[in-house]
Amino acid sequence: MAEGLTFRVRLRPYRVVLAARASSQTSYRANFVLDLVSSLLSAAVELAEIWVLFHAVTRLGGLEFHQMLLVFGLADLAFSLADLAFGHCDNLPTYLRAGTLDVFYLRPQPLLLQLVTSDISLRRLARAAVGLVALGAGLAVNDVAWGVGDAALLVVALVSGWATFAAMFVLAGGLQFFLLDGEEMTNAFVYGGRYAATQPASVWSRPLQAVFGFFFPMAFTGFLPTLRLLDLPAPALLPTWLAWCGPLAALWAWAMALLCWHWGVRHYRGGGGG
Amino acid sequence: MSAIVETAGLTREFTVRDGPRRRRLTAVDDLTVRIEPGEAVGYIGANGAGKSTTIKMLTGILVPTSGTVTTCGLRPVKDRRRLARRIGVVFGQRSQLWWDLPVRESFRILAAIHGLPAAVERARTEELVDRLEMADFLTTPVRQLSLGQRMRAEVAAALLHGPRLVILDEPTIGLDVLSKQRLREFLIAMRRTDGTTLLLTTHDMGDVERLCDRVLVIDHGRLAYDGDLVGLGRTTGAERVLVVHLAAPSPDLIGIGGARHLSSEAHGLRQSLAFDAETTTAARVFAAVAERAEVLDFTVEEPDIEDVVRRIYAARR
Repeated sequence: MAEGLTFRVRLRPYRVVLAARASSQTSYRANFVLDLVSSLLSAAVELAEIWVLFHAVTRLGGLEFHQMLLVFGLADLAFSLADLAFGHCDNLPTYLRAGTLDVFYLRPQPLLLQLVTSDISLRRLARAAVGLVALGAGLAVNDVAWGVGDAALLVVALVSGWATFAAMFVLAGGLQFFLLDGEEMTNAFVYGGRYAATQPASVWSRPLQAVFGFFFPMAFTGFLPTLRLLDLPAPALLPTWLAWCGPLAALWAWAMALLCWHWGVRHYRGGGGG
Repeated sequence: MSAIVETAGLTREFTVRDGPRRRRLTAVDDLTVRIEPGEAVGYIGANGAGKSTTIKMLTGILVPTSGTVTTCGLRPVKDRRRLARRIGVVFGQRSQLWWDLPVRESFRILAAIHGLPAAVERARTEELVDRLEMADFLTTPVRQLSLGQRMRAEVAAALLHGPRLVILDEPTIGLDVLSKQRLREFLIAMRRTDGTTLLLTTHDMGDVERLCDRVLVIDHGRLAYDGDLVGLGRTTGAERVLVVHLAAPSPDLIGIGGARHLSSEAHGLRQSLAFDAETTTAARVFAAVAERAEVLDFTVEEPDIEDVVRRIYAARR
């Protein structure tokens, strides 16, 4: 009981900030609706791209359109939810340039936790809705032989996919401490990674499979779970059983991210400490 | 009693890229300083002399290259989070308020961040709002505040959790005379009632004169002066300047005892005289001028802090 109470007290600073951010975003209703609509449109366009592509081909990397829907739905839903919670780590270069990161150092909470909870981008809910619809449609039109395993895999894939994408934002943040104007470079794996995650990994060249299959473990977020759920043939580098290794991929991504963050902070402060 | 700030041989170097070469730059060089509880210390120096770097080491943002520092009895880098509860910092140029939220909301969030109990939060906010006269703009979003209002809100934000040490980095920069005056009065009253230790960096000699009983001057990372303001004036011989506006065009006011004619403008309608506050007074110089010409108006300009610092630097070489 007492422990639960201290936990609540510990969480209060973050909760209060997030609640204030959320209410300030929604207080200008028209503005918020416009934000939602534009976010919805950009996600819908990406989904439409895939649909258009399948007017030219019937199969891409061994997958048909309805199967691709599942890849897109899984990866995009996980990404949007990670973007919702971690996307503003992209603001770090602005804080660094303006020197406002120092303000976080003057508050009695861990730096990374403060940065992550410093904002929440509610308009990304619209994007998540598109992912959710694609996922729902994908599950409906495909012939999934539902068992307990399949349902569990779906949950594991979504949760570990979310964690993996979140780690990409933190990893990018850690690198910003070293790179001046490094957003271009980190966007390559954050947003490039999202794009890769919504594609069938089987069309990638081998080096690309190594990079987005394992180093930035994007194939684990959509492609591999889809193969397993629909019982499809797998490329040599990415066997189907790997679908269950989503949590490992997420752990690996977070290990990289935290190491990078730690290095970055160390660099910023000029030696020891975190 | 233990010191609030204690440094020994505190040094910080930076590597700067100078074209293809890398160069070591010493921002703070072997700084040894002790600040007792309740002191009010002005930390002055030219731009780039090492003031900000020192503050960042005192607050745990930067790790020293060598030497030691304790702030409020804690090691700033290692105990950063505990230290954050004991110090309040205002960076004049970097807001710690939420730009798009009302001032009151920023205070509420900061109270949560510092884990203040509801009763303490209410009492403290009320007190600060009252003493800094913020009631009129409590519900205004921070981005719509005037500079003077924002600065008061920043100071309140830094004091909300009742810190033992308050560090103000250029608190009066850009403020109009009235806002400056108000802020200084508040800080003086705060020291009297709470016994808070004050460390402030400034370019405004007026801040130092009215707020500080001790001055530290830093030059190229080294401590160049540590003592009171009177001693600083004596060391540097910095001159004050009397500016007089005369009723009729007059020849240059040369040969006034203890004063030196600096300049004349508008055919001698406006003239400036420098004098040494150690050897004469503004009143004596003014009386001597009044004997020679009819004076409509006058102002006394304090020695420019940059000038004081420059004199110290010159005296050291």
